[in-house]
Amino acid sequence: MPRVVVDVVLKPEISDPQGQAVLGALGRLGHGGVSSVRQGKHFVLEVEGTPDPAELRQIAETLLANPVIEDVELHLVPEAQD
Amino acid sequence: MSAVVDTVTRAGQTPEEAQPWAELGLREEEYARIREILGRRPTTAELAMYSVMWSEHCSYKSSKVHLRTFGDLPHSEALLVGMGENAGVVDVGDGYAVTFKVESHNHPSYIEPYQGAATGVGGIVRDILTMGARPVAVMDSLRFGRADAPDTARVLPGVVAGVGGYGNCLGLPNIGGELLFDDCYAGNPLVNALCVGVMRHSDVRLAKAEGVGNKVVLFGARTGGDGIGGVSVLASETFDATGPATRPAVQVGDPFTEKLLIEACLEIFAADLVTGIQDLGGAGLSCATSELAAAGSGGMHVDLDTVPLRDSTLTAAEILMSESQERMCAIVEPAKVEAFLAVCARWDVLATVIGEVTDGTRLTVDWHGEQIVDVPPRTVALDGPVYHRPMARPADLDALQADLPPITSTDLRADWLAVVGSPDGADKSWVTEQYDRYVQGNTVLAQPEDAGVVRIDESSHRGIALALDGNARFARLDPYVGAQLNLAEAYRNVAVSGAVPLAVTNCLNFGSPEEPEVMWQFAEAVRGLADGCRALGLPVTGGNVSLYNQTGDVPINPTPVIGVLGVHADVRTRVSGGWQAAGETLLLLGETRPEFAGSAWASVVHGHLGGLPPQLDLAAEQALGGLLATLAAGGLVGSAHDLSDGGLAQALTESALRYGVGATVTVAGDPTAALFSESVARAVVSTSDAAAVLAAAREAGVPVTELGTTGGEALVVEGVLELPLAELHTTWSTTLPALFDTPEAVTGTRPAGAVPTGAVPTS
Amino acid sequence: MRIGVITFPGSLDDVDAARAVRLAGGEAVALWHADDDLAGVDAVVLPGGFSYGDYLRAGAIAARAPMMRTVVAQARQGLPVLGICNGFQVLCEAGLLPGALTRNSHLHFRNRDQGLLVERADTAWTSSYEQGQTIVVPVKNGEGRYVGSDADLDALEGEGRVVVRYVGGNPNGSSRDIAGVTSADGRVVGLMPHPEHAVEVLTGPSVDGLGFFTSVLTGLVAA
Repeated sequence: MPRVVVDVVLKPEISDPQGQAVLGALGRLGHGGVSSVRQGKHFVLEVEGTPDPAELRQIAETLLANPVIEDVELHLVPEAQD
Repeated sequence: MSAVVDTVTRAGQTPEEAQPWAELGLREEEYARIREILGRRPTTAELAMYSVMWSEHCSYKSSKVHLRTFGDLPHSEALLVGMGENAGVVDVGDGYAVTFKVESHNHPSYIEPYQGAATGVGGIVRDILTMGARPVAVMDSLRFGRADAPDTARVLPGVVAGVGGYGNCLGLPNIGGELLFDDCYAGNPLVNALCVGVMRHSDVRLAKAEGVGNKVVLFGARTGGDGIGGVSVLASETFDATGPATRPAVQVGDPFTEKLLIEACLEIFAADLVTGIQDLGGAGLSCATSELAAAGSGGMHVDLDTVPLRDSTLTAAEILMSESQERMCAIVEPAKVEAFLAVCARWDVLATVIGEVTDGTRLTVDWHGEQIVDVPPRTVALDGPVYHRPMARPADLDALQADLPPITSTDLRADWLAVVGSPDGADKSWVTEQYDRYVQGNTVLAQPEDAGVVRIDESSHRGIALALDGNARFARLDPYVGAQLNLAEAYRNVAVSGAVPLAVTNCLNFGSPEEPEVMWQFAEAVRGLADGCRALGLPVTGGNVSLYNQTGDVPINPTPVIGVLGVHADVRTRVSGGWQAAGETLLLLGETRPEFAGSAWASVVHGHLGGLPPQLDLAAEQALGGLLATLAAGGLVGSAHDLSDGGLAQALTESALRYGVGATVTVAGDPTAALFSESVARAVVSTSDAAAVLAAAREAGVPVTELGTTGGEALVVEGVLELPLAELHTTWSTTLPALFDTPEAVTGTRPAGAVPTGAVPTS
Repeated sequence: MRIGVITFPGSLDDVDAARAVRLAGGEAVALWHADDDLAGVDAVVLPGGFSYGDYLRAGAIAARAPMMRTVVAQARQGLPVLGICNGFQVLCEAGLLPGALTRNSHLHFRNRDQGLLVERADTAWTSSYEQGQTIVVPVKNGEGRYVGSDADLDALEGEGRVVVRYVGGNPNGSSRDIAGVTSADGRVVGLMPHPEHAVEVLTGPSVDGLGFFTSVLTGLVAA
């Protein structure tokens, strides 16, 4: 069954305290090379039949993400291995 | 898949097949007894059921012989349902009944603090719901290792976020509890959660499967592989290894589903759609089905293929033992099944008929069309093993009791600040601000008050008060007296709010029962609690036992956490612990002796634990309790605060800082005893009518000492010390934030309401 | 006057909101998320809680409930709507109010008695107050940090649509201490703090919250 992966992250201009907390911890743990962390959400949708990109984009932009504060990225995973 | 299901028939044909009973925690004689009961070897599924139901956690096999003492207490008019049900039920007047219970979730909270604590709250809430009550509040009693230990920084923030995340999302106000630290909990924190629920007398429900032909309905969350790590030795049941290699031992909570479950259940109760109901907690379906059947006539059949699964690779034994949260099991008359399912559908709660009550006395379970369980349910649920474990007074107790504490402070001011700024004595807002205290709109008093008070009727103003106390230092010094001192403190805390104490519950946290010294501590604490309840005329409504609490070989200090429920005929007369006005007279009720053994002062200032705990005086507690109720009802006091950990110094600090009102007091006699002794049966009240309070105290036979007057910007003990409130506030309020507001601690928590799926402990 | 209180799966403070309506002298009408008929109520309160567990985003799924379609349509015609906490989140998700509510900056749920400065005393829900008045009501949330782009926030401030602002400390890191905002017509108000928990001396830190409910009732009588 085809899968669609939707990644949602806060827009760059919206502060992300969770990501900042992780970044701070990384620094204290000696991983000074990481310069930014943004925490987000990862959705995996399994779709019957052929996915309709327009419909999926609508789902992503109107429900899975809040366009006021979040950016969204869609990835189609052609045919899952199982 | 060439699955060979271990059926009842197969078990009969293969008596010699080796079974992993030892890996499942059964002893050889226990396994032999199962074979004797069944007249054959158990099937894999049966073995799973017996092993989990005969575990210490489910069967109370080490504690049972001692707990029977509570049943011997004199009959109480107030007790509507006693021990043995999911929770006891108490008559609180006007046709209202209240059910309350504390339960531990210590070990899961150490492995995965957030989920362990969250599911602890979820479990106790379902216990209360199961009785037919609407849950109205929660409390939590927490113990951690040293506050500055690195592992405490891992465990505490997660536990607090978990208690809050789950309770907040359910809409249950958190009205109080305890937070204490001691090295003995370093590898074994205690997370005890209390829930209280309210119903009408006529609405009490019992966990009983009756009526042949009635349906068994499983409702709530789907069943997954949660909490069955312990039975992974059975994963080879089907003789193929395609399932997940390991199962998480941690249950994951979903408070939203539980909230829907609560609303659905209350609607189901209101429409009278069930004849019996049981929640699924430890041991999951094994426990619920065997307990329901055992409490009824005994017959029940379940078709395991109908159980909705979240993970299709689960084996039959795993389904029976899964501890997936937010599930309930109901017995429903056939004619009411449709209505039952409709209520569930309205609340988006999944509900499935999985079996029925049958003629006869056997619990049978089918899987893939074959019978895999055929047992007498009583032998699973009720007639488990009972042990009379050997007991021995701890070898070090004489030396400990002979090791007397210091009795004189060399710097009263420094000691005062040390005690109130210690993690035990400090402001708990960092924790309690993470809990919703306001939801439901009936919270009359909540932390930092001595007791939580909840209104249960908006027109009559009737309400209840609850306090939880568990001083483990006293119990270490003398578990018999220590348990009674904890009872006395909880009793007093309820009384200072103006309530009349009515009933007792408990959560008994101890080390390994296989250690004779621990078993002795346990038996002494139970004996003490029973004697204390007898003296105060209060019934024990139920309780919970948590054993095997230890770090390595070292058991925790015995920690009997005692809960007392009280009644307010009119919550409008409740008394708060904070001073709100200047110019009130401060009176100390009760008698102060130089008693420092096990005190906060001895512990914080001297690192000392030894001697005999304060002298118990339950008659004085009763006299004080009666007086406090009289004073509250008459509106004679502006505030009342009990004296316990940290003595007068701690109490004055808390009363002053509550609303920023200072006081000037005089103490008679030895100032160290006056400020830091932990003598029992004492409280400080503030009043604008001292003459009336003195008269009432004389009448009640309670000694009174005039302390001074409220007002000003400092706490002044004349001729002894002066503490500006600003300085006191800084000392008192910065301790916990400094310890736990670290970014690392924050990163370790999860957002309230965010449910990580498939969480596996990573630390 | 009849004030509807909508219950979504996971609503928690619906009982409290209904009590506040009654104490203010109104009749509280229970409305169910899955219906789409407002039963002729004169105003609507969206209560606090964790609708749908707040699992996607706080308020996101509730904002798409059938009843919300009706509320949005009616609000555009002037129906007074108050969103408290989760209700505020729903109103933002539904597009009736600007901005969004995100995870608190300190990452904790926080419950405390909070000072608020009333900056608009002329909305449907705040006419009982004086402009510039300070009130104390409880705040309790984990995702109450009000955010928006600087341009949007500037516009909001320029139009005077900040109704209440945190004073004496910002409990969640909200931009510009914003605690509550209103629609351009002043009929829809959303705020994170809980006025319905400050309506009785016995159970609240004050009775300062009652004004939200008396405001709308007074306005309806006058209309």
